[in-house]
Amino acid sequence: MTTARDRTAVDAPELRRRVRALLDAHPPADTGRLDFLRARFDAGLAWVHYPAGLGGLDAPRSLQAVVDAELEAAGAPDNDPRRIGIGLGMAAPTILGFGTDEQRARLLRPLWTGEEVWCQLFSEPGAGSDLAALGTRAVRDGDGWVVDGQKVWTSSAHLARWAILIARTDPDLPKHRGITYFVCDMTDPGVEVRPLRQITGEAEFNEVFLTGVRIPDSHRLGEVGEGWRVAQTTLMNERVAIGGGRIPREGGMVGLVATTWRDRPELRTHDLHQRLLRLWVDAEAARLAGERLRQQLALGQPGPEGSAMKLAFARLNQELSALELELLGEEGLGYDDWTLRRPEHVDFTGREAGYRYLRAKGNSIEGGTSEVLLNIIAERVLGLPPEPRTDKDLPWKDLPR
Amino acid sequence: MSTPDLLYSEAEDDLRAAVRSLLTDRCPAPAVLAQAESDRPYDPAVWRALGAEMGTAGLLVPDKLGGQGATAREVAVVMEELGRAVAPVPYLTSAVLAVSALLGCDTDEDAVARLLRELAGGRTTGTLVLPLPGTPGEELPPATVRSGREGTLSGEVRGVAGTLGAELLLVPADGPGGYGLYAVTATDPGVTVTALTSLDLTRPLATVTLDRAPARRVAEADRARSALRRALLTGAGLLASEQLGVAEWCLTEAVRHTRERHQFGRPIGSFQALKHRMAALWLELVSARAAARHAADALATDSPDIEVAVAVAQAYCGEVAVHAAEECVQLHGGIGMTWEHPAHLYLKRAKSAEIALGTPGRHRQLLAGLVDLPAPTG
Ligand SMILES: Cc1cc2nc3c(=O)[nH]c(=O)nc-3n(C[C@H](O)[C@H](O)[C@H](O)COP(=O)(O)OP(=O)(O)OC[C@H]3O[C@@H](n4cnc5c(N)ncnc54)[C@H](O)[C@@H]3O)c2cc1C
Repeated sequence: MTTARDRTAVDAPELRRRVRALLDAHPPADTGRLDFLRARFDAGLAWVHYPAGLGGLDAPRSLQAVVDAELEAAGAPDNDPRRIGIGLGMAAPTILGFGTDEQRARLLRPLWTGEEVWCQLFSEPGAGSDLAALGTRAVRDGDGWVVDGQKVWTSSAHLARWAILIARTDPDLPKHRGITYFVCDMTDPGVEVRPLRQITGEAEFNEVFLTGVRIPDSHRLGEVGEGWRVAQTTLMNERVAIGGGRIPREGGMVGLVATTWRDRPELRTHDLHQRLLRLWVDAEAARLAGERLRQQLALGQPGPEGSAMKLAFARLNQELSALELELLGEEGLGYDDWTLRRPEHVDFTGREAGYRYLRAKGNSIEGGTSEVLLNIIAERVLGLPPEPRTDKDLPWKDLPR
Repeated sequence: MSTPDLLYSEAEDDLRAAVRSLLTDRCPAPAVLAQAESDRPYDPAVWRALGAEMGTAGLLVPDKLGGQGATAREVAVVMEELGRAVAPVPYLTSAVLAVSALLGCDTDEDAVARLLRELAGGRTTGTLVLPLPGTPGEELPPATVRSGREGTLSGEVRGVAGTLGAELLLVPADGPGGYGLYAVTATDPGVTVTALTSLDLTRPLATVTLDRAPARRVAEADRARSALRRALLTGAGLLASEQLGVAEWCLTEAVRHTRERHQFGRPIGSFQALKHRMAALWLELVSARAAARHAADALATDSPDIEVAVAVAQAYCGEVAVHAAEECVQLHGGIGMTWEHPAHLYLKRAKSAEIALGTPGRHRQLLAGLVDLPAPTG
């Protein structure tokens, strides 16, 4: 465990020096992409706030921007974060927080370089907002586990080498207590991935059927029965990953609409002007709130406040993309392509306006719905009393279904 | 101004029941989705049953011209049901827009009367070749089609609804022959209709290209312009009823789903956060229904309040339909994001319809003039 004091050892000038050393030893122009990414990881410049030896330097999280800017200026390749968002945003912090030394050493490097894509096997048909009700079973079998069940809405399952998985290991306990967290090998013959088509036309997410999947006990993350607590780390990070990225002014959806507004004076109306200005201000205030949150969180795990960013992000994406369609008029009535495809990466601001409008609908559902996040803020930030619950203390197996 | 009748008559209720039963039978959601995925813009058998056999295609057309001699009020009821089913039939474009445009021409002229008779019978499908979006009350877009002296039309119009599968195209054109509204047969070799990939899967748009296509003028100059304006006004007013139908389905479906779906050991509809949202939506629907009925009644009675009624209906109902469709997706959670669930068909229809005949913002801007609430000056 590092303390805040250790972290001050590496500062911005020191990071710039290390970046230069990396670039000297591995000039991007003469180095293969993967070789460069591995060298960057080994130099501790992947995610500087991670521990030394695991791609980081125990430096403050806020200094990552220094490294990114230097490497970008030098024309170095990046790890295509849109392709590996689940690994970077959710699996990695969980492995870091709960993994054994062997797990961290084996999994984090290829995760960061993108050699191994990750997906998240959490949601089930009967357990979405009420994730703790999940019914996928993991049964002890010698030095491992055998898993049976069905997961759904699994983004990137068709590309993934590994999954973070939560499953029920003790149905006799109340639902939050009988869950265990695993790393699941997606190449196991018992894993079947079927595409699910979305309203955008793409099949970005999947149904995943798990039949007799064998998981060695060495692929368990955290203690048996502690899966819910481990999953909280994943979920908090997911919300920050979805809504909390650092962006410049006019980054993201607002920038796209602002550009259309500036480039196409013939489309402007008074009504849209007022709405755009209002959303511009909301987006700027949300961006600053995110920045402020990051400053508060210079170290440590995101708390429930992180949910605020995801809520704001979902609303802004939805309202801005809707406004863009109205602004475009004729083009807003068109769509680029309905062909069923399995995309390589998820890009909320990619493609054309119609796609962005439809995809943004998912922003208030994925990673915890906006309603659930509002409940979290009400109960965990404001301290309001929870709804009366009948499902918390009964053994899972006795819950009405 | 007399008090508008905002209720449904018994005859209107009967008409609704008949249309609903046809659509329940022939146009269930899976069929609509399959239709949208096919190459055909609509199922001709369903359209024949609705338009020709049930006689709804000719509701606006007087008896003496082969129609039903009904009014916009009855048409509005049909539109509500079509919205509720997101039915992919060319009703708005043929039975409302094309018919209204022709009714604005001189119906004593044989050519006009003949075309109306064909459309009213539902055996010919027509459309008005206007680019969308088009807002009634705003200046008509300049015609992109030229009329030649020899009576042919050439040019291109993008973003037209209802052309795929239509036989009769009513085309505004300008040229040496003067501005006018022309009738063109879509099967003529000089006509090319190219499908566009549309946001609304159930009302696809197309580009119409005319290359010396033989045409017959059905109205000239001011008459043509006023016919077009009237058609747009009628279309926009009645589209509000379709938007009401869309919103109704979305609310009904959201209520049904949240009563059945259990999370945390109880139906999700028992959470007040969701209950209040659906109750608030219901309130929006109450006003939307009144606004849509008001527009239909104003069109039916040729009320002096017609422009205000239509602008209010469009400014209000367009947003309600979109709101209801967005809530429907959200309250379904992950299922609502899937292609398989019909919610997206309603979302795409609602968002497109909100833009097609003038966004709510444009209608509010029109109201600024109509009800004397001018924009700030300077
Ligand atoms: C694009 C997309 C990608 C996704 N990717 C993944 C993935 O990779 N891995 C994964 O595991 N999951 C993924 N999900 C699933 C996502 O986490 C769930 O859809 C989400 O948690 C909601 O669950 P549900 O779909 O079962 O909806 P439900 O839980 O049934 O919710 C339906 C509605 O009820 C509301 N509701 C539920 N409970 C309450 C309450 N207590 N108070 C108020 N309202 C409530 C919800 O907010 C929602 O509006 C993805 C979803 C989407 C849309």
